Amino acid sequence: MHEMSLAMSVIDIVENAARAGNFRRVSTVWLEIGQLSAVEPEAMRFCFAAAARGTLADGAQLQIIEVNGRGLCFNCGETVPLAALYDPCPACGGYPVQATGGTEMRVKELEVE
Amino acid sequence: MCTTCGCGVGDTRVDGKALPDAGGQSAEGPSAESSSAESSSDGDPPGSNQASPKGAGNNPAASYRALAADGRARPTAHGFAHSHRHGETHTHAGGAPAEKAGTSTGHARLVQVEEDILSANNAFAAANRRHFAEHGIFALNLVSSPGSGKTTLLCRTIEALRATLPIAVIEGDQQTSRDAERIRASGVRAVQINTGKGCHLDAHMVGHACDDLQPDEDSLLLIENVGNLVCPAAFDLGEAHKVVILSVTEGDDKPLKYPAMFHAASLMLLNKVDLLPYVDFNVELAVDYARRVNPALQVVALSATSGEGFAAWLDWLQTASRQQQAGKRATIAALQQRISELEAQLAQHARS
Repeated sequence: MHEMSLAMSVIDIVENAARAGNFRRVSTVWLEIGQLSAVEPEAMRFCFAAAARGTLADGAQLQIIEVNGRGLCFNCGETVPLAALYDPCPACGGYPVQATGGTEMRVKELEVE
Repeated sequence: MCTTCGCGVGDTRVDGKALPDAGGQSAEGPSAESSSAESSSDGDPPGSNQASPKGAGNNPAASYRALAADGRARPTAHGFAHSHRHGETHTHAGGAPAEKAGTSTGHARLVQVEEDILSANNAFAAANRRHFAEHGIFALNLVSSPGSGKTTLLCRTIEALRATLPIAVIEGDQQTSRDAERIRASGVRAVQINTGKGCHLDAHMVGHACDDLQPDEDSLLLIENVGNLVCPAAFDLGEAHKVVILSVTEGDDKPLKYPAMFHAASLMLLNKVDLLPYVDFNVELAVDYARRVNPALQVVALSATSGEGFAAWLDWLQTASRQQQAGKRATIAALQQRISELEAQLAQHARS
């Protein structure tokens, strides 16, 4: 359940942005979460709601933009879509496929008042 | 601290002492102090030779040190008195968040942030890593499920290497200092971090543990993470490598079931191979699964109980430690070279 520490980091980032950007309420938070990152979107939603309580993001909507995984197949040399770290190459069926994208966890944008 | 799922930081202890909050409410949040007056007034860069904590009244790091249980004086010269100055290293992409032209109704507006969720932890990790490099300390983050034999592995490793290599250990567990006591009994210094309800170590905790531990110059620092094959994968501690330990009693399909950890590690130690005759575990299959997740993963099969295969692991450790020490010496040599060049230049200017 490391999503709780991640959710608290999101709130920290939002609070810092509030100081820098001079706003007092956040109504929506957009996160970019890679398919191959260590974040379960549903757990993140649950933890975000708990972590936001009593902060300027209390009750804010959490929008999660899922970023598809990508990988380089060592077998056929193609860059291919990758749904999980252990999946075979969808082009040639071979292994291994080195993850090259979809591992991000970012706070992208805020809607603020 | 989270009181909902229990994964919080409020209960974290380093050798029984409360850990100061890294900033705001998160263990990964030096950012929260970036604009506070106290942190910016105490602006020595990490690594400065600060003999005694100043502003102890309002410096959380200082008050933490004052609480040291055994009363040892703790100079902060190692640069780990970092946490509450990290604000400087932490900036939002492009300074103040950029606002988009298109705003919605009323006073609502959109603010672009574009910041990695782990950026605060990563800033702490970078400071730890810099410190380790400057002092030739080779740091490993040992990760596995509970019961894979990490502590037994550490004890045997220490026994084999302590005569030739200074070693220090950071132990992470939710509760008790049993592991640190086991390690101390093997004759090296150890600090216990209790994460309370937390499920992983983070770079902030490790920085403070190092403040206490003060690992020797050119030493080996072994960090035993909380037994958990999931969460520690995401948190960089500043280590040179993550080493994942998989024991043969756990099942050969663990790399597929918990891929993130095997993806994050550089080396897999396949432990308890002395039990292979008694369990249904296919070594080749386990290695194949692990390399599907991480093609570059190195593997050593060993038994911390019988000592089988241990020589390969000790070799790996000693070679990598020497590389870290050589890296430090190369940096120092380059700096000294630069100093003599500058002195020569200065002398020329003085003559002209």
